[in-house]
Amino acid sequence: MTAHAVPRRAFWQLVEVEGKLALRVPMGLILGVVVPVILLVIFSAIPGLKQPAPGSTLTMFAQYVPVLIGLSLCVVGLINLPVPMVTNRQMGVLRRFATTPAPPSWLLAAQVIVNFAVVLIAIVILLAGGVMFFGLHMPAQPGGFVLSALLATAAMFAIGLVITATAPSPQIAALAGTILLYPLLFFAGMWTPKQNLAPALQHIGNYTPLGAAVQAMDAAMQGHFPPVRPLLVMAGYAVIFGVVAIRTFRWE
Amino acid sequence: MVDHLRKTYGAGAGVQDVSFRVDRGEIFGIIGPNGAGKTTTVECVCGLRVPDSGAIRVLGLDPQADRAAIRECVGVQLQESALPLFIKVGEVLELFASFYRHPADPNELMDALGLAAKRGAYFRRLSGGQKQRLSIALALIGNPQIAILDELTTGLDPQARRDTWELIEHIRDRGVTVILVTHYMDEAERLCDRVLLVDHGLVTALDTPGGLAQSAGGGTHLRFVPSVPFDSRVLTVLPEVTEIGREGRRIRVTGTGDLVGAVIGALAAAGVQARDMQVESATLDDAYVRLVKKAQQP
Repeated sequence: MTAHAVPRRAFWQLVEVEGKLALRVPMGLILGVVVPVILLVIFSAIPGLKQPAPGSTLTMFAQYVPVLIGLSLCVVGLINLPVPMVTNRQMGVLRRFATTPAPPSWLLAAQVIVNFAVVLIAIVILLAGGVMFFGLHMPAQPGGFVLSALLATAAMFAIGLVITATAPSPQIAALAGTILLYPLLFFAGMWTPKQNLAPALQHIGNYTPLGAAVQAMDAAMQGHFPPVRPLLVMAGYAVIFGVVAIRTFRWE
Repeated sequence: MVDHLRKTYGAGAGVQDVSFRVDRGEIFGIIGPNGAGKTTTVECVCGLRVPDSGAIRVLGLDPQADRAAIRECVGVQLQESALPLFIKVGEVLELFASFYRHPADPNELMDALGLAAKRGAYFRRLSGGQKQRLSIALALIGNPQIAILDELTTGLDPQARRDTWELIEHIRDRGVTVILVTHYMDEAERLCDRVLLVDHGLVTALDTPGGLAQSAGGGTHLRFVPSVPFDSRVLTVLPEVTEIGREGRRIRVTGTGDLVGAVIGALAAAGVQARDMQVESATLDDAYVRLVKKAQQP
């Protein structure tokens, strides 16, 4: 008898339950999906953003779409992903799992899957909504776009998993996620388009996960395959933070 | 079943040396003061903790080597273990049922535990007693042969405690061996076939609740107000009397056997009437207090 004796459908039942739990406390979905979509609608109504962005084939509005994807990644990866798991650990849910044949790591895997689905929904709504209603063009280099979005998700989830691994309480997890969110979004160009930043700040931004993510997605939307550097930066964050998360994870 | 278990954390905490055997179908109590090592002991038994030394066999299995098998046949209700606030009663039981090969029927369990009406209720909406019953239900959902219940009735009101006790007896009647960790002596006295008293990580006593109460020298206590002063030797010569003392106007006599008959007879012979007589037989509570005190003052 091994641990694999637990039926696989039990895992999907767990994913389903975790999905329902995410829907029942909809704050995370509102911040991770609804807010970026509302911002998309607002930005579409600003005439100035219909102008082409300097040095780009995209309008300034279109340039904001990767930034809004970055916003969703921030909320979902840095807050929605860690907080329930840290709560589970603090409340003894992980311990209770440890007494059943199902491994506690299932809970973590289920959280990752549910939150990945949320990010996916946000990206699909932002792109499809932009194309259908606000004159956005589908990314001209779809493969590069998907690759960029996946690496960005991996990088942000890995950072979120380090928070999950180490935060002693859900409050601290939420606080850590919120504190990280602002600088990461700043370098993504949330408040000031990247080209308006001082060169030194632009340079720093290129090495932040969302700065790199926006750069890569932006290129893919213009029809180029994303440059290697931002892809490597994102992969680097995913690997390094992923390893740290695995090394430091506390199950009790 | 548990042989010279040792699991220590830092300064003197944890389990130093605990050995015991639990028979099939009994309700086995583990009692002792806070921090005595009760929870650590059962955590080692169900495989949640790795012992420093000693051997544990549960149904012939090693909790560390046969983790998966142990988890199939041992159901555990942990002290202070909550659930997500917005999970529904029926949902969590069905989810946990899916983890086991031969689970109990969640509906039957909800009926048996009086949770059927709460099937669609969120965990956070449950009362303390309902949460506790759900916790017990989760310990039983895998159709275990052994149920380990830690701090079963802590925080429950008196009615809910009695209902829970009946439930545990019902579980035992279905053939499940129950290991009950508690610091309530009335609970141990009412439910347990045998109790293990653990203190400072060591076994202080292992006996039936009644046997423990007697052996700890608890015996019977007798209090009365004598009608006239008398020489205490009238009573101390009696073989049944072990101790005599004064509490204000009252005389307090402790002893064994037919203490009441012997004392009344001797007093009558000396021309003394005993008024306001109170008789208390030995309880596990007395025994517990004595045994724990004895351990603290070597």
